[in-house]
Amino acid sequence: MVSIEVRGASVEFPIFDAKNRSLKKSVLGRAGGRISEQKVPVVEALRDIDLTLGEGARVGLVGHNGAGKSTLLRLLAGIYEPTRGRASIRGRVAPVFDLAVGMDPEISGYENILIRGLFLGMTRREMERRVDEIADFSELGDYLNMPLRTYSTGMRVRLALGVVTSIDPEILILDEGIGAVDAAFLEKARDRLRDLVGRSGMLVFASHSDEFLVELCDTAIWMDGGVIREQGPLRDVVSHYKGRDVFENLSPETIERLERASVTGP
Amino acid sequence: MAVPALARQDADDPAPLEHAPSPRSWGRAFGDIRKAVDQRELWGHLGWQDIKQRYRRSVIGPLWITISMAVTAAALGGLYSQLFGQPIGTFMPYVTVGFMIWYFISACVLEGTETFIANEGLIRFLPAPLMIYVFRTVWRQILFFAHNVVVYVIVLAIFFGQLDQPYRMVNVVPGTDGEPGILHPGLSWWALLAIPAFIVIVINGMWVTLLFGIISARFRDIPPVVGSFMQLFFTMTPIIWTTDLLQGGAPGSIKAIIEQLAKLNPFYHFIEIFRAPLVGQVQSWTHWAVVGVITVVGWSLALIALRNYRSRVAYWV
Repeated sequence: MVSIEVRGASVEFPIFDAKNRSLKKSVLGRAGGRISEQKVPVVEALRDIDLTLGEGARVGLVGHNGAGKSTLLRLLAGIYEPTRGRASIRGRVAPVFDLAVGMDPEISGYENILIRGLFLGMTRREMERRVDEIADFSELGDYLNMPLRTYSTGMRVRLALGVVTSIDPEILILDEGIGAVDAAFLEKARDRLRDLVGRSGMLVFASHSDEFLVELCDTAIWMDGGVIREQGPLRDVVSHYKGRDVFENLSPETIERLERASVTGP
Repeated sequence: MAVPALARQDADDPAPLEHAPSPRSWGRAFGDIRKAVDQRELWGHLGWQDIKQRYRRSVIGPLWITISMAVTAAALGGLYSQLFGQPIGTFMPYVTVGFMIWYFISACVLEGTETFIANEGLIRFLPAPLMIYVFRTVWRQILFFAHNVVVYVIVLAIFFGQLDQPYRMVNVVPGTDGEPGILHPGLSWWALLAIPAFIVIVINGMWVTLLFGIISARFRDIPPVVGSFMQLFFTMTPIIWTTDLLQGGAPGSIKAIIEQLAKLNPFYHFIEIFRAPLVGQVQSWTHWAVVGVITVVGWSLALIALRNYRSRVAYWV
């Protein structure tokens, strides 16, 4: 059973090295969470989050920079445990965050695939069986023998997506960075992600790209200043957030495909 | 979506929200340790990776660990045996073993303080038990240690003749009227006692890494402070000198006081349980007792820290 349940959860970061004086002036800054005035300043990145996601949920996450999208994703991935409130995550989580981090630039793509897989709870043998498939999917070929520092951002995204989609996670958490790949690969990745979600998985996906959101998600959450401002069907939420109907600009083929998918899909 | 009633659940499955244990619970703390043990392939691989990484593109690679240990042992063993007027045949193995285990212990302490800080990127971007990083750090030190064991074997092969019979490290204790130093029994099957000793030291290395790692993640002054203290402890611990030199001080004399002070140094006892069997020296059970107490107290503190601050480390790094 795959589920995520969050009740009244807050995430507050203590900032030990900030200068109090300069912070007092910026308490009411626009971007970022609220900063409280205590001995150690605390950034309240998320406040009173209530969220229930079940099997097959495909949630898009929208909001300005610093609205708490990435923090919410990390809360849902179980990396941050709420400082107040409760969170219960059931199911195997595979997150893809900032792509420069969590991969070792000095070792080869193959080794990074292995380590990433081990982190996500695979055994070495299971990963060795999947490595060819990942190499195939990512189209990186011989490049997998090269150290990761020689990779472009797009190539890293291919690698990371290849790993998380190959291990059949139950909860897939994607941050916006995955937009860095080219259109052809995007299409391939999209099909695979749809497949994955279809197989009982759950997807939570932060993105600024309308196209990506409508292709992959059916509901959305609008984060603003560390709280959930709106939650509901994708079209409504994203339209309110952007101030225009996101489905208007889609090509007829895309809409047709989406409709077909929602009929045959889960 | 409603969460179904909790009929059957395997141990790894977190309870539904109403029954979810708070982040500060023993269940979560021990769960962290258990999951990390299950993921031994991961930290085993990362530990190896660390060593390979350090010697990437070097021709003889990790063999440098062994070579640098051998050079240190030969140079310091040779120099100090002459400075203190001690027979080189017994002093050289003594220094070698002392260095071997000191390197391990001090690396656990020093790199323990960095263990979560250094893995910041992984901690903040991948959900994984904290103990993974503790095991990774300690496993890396074990691999280093294994490279240094080679040096001991070589030194033993060279000086075996002097070690397998009763010997004195110090022929005449300085400051006395020609009083001879302690007579050591020489190598015997008691040497095997070094194996449980090493295991106990590794177990201690884990709590040190965990506890110091958590404290250092919160208070960044700790690593440099610990660094300078370790420097001090190196000179205060009998590694390149021997407590045999401190024998025979009159009660109340400075020498007798120093001898007592030396026993307050916890590192002395850890070194001694491992070194004494390997160089055939008199073994006092008080060292084991002290180490036993430190193991229990240390692990208790580390477990309390894990219970209370496990979920905070991701916020601190």
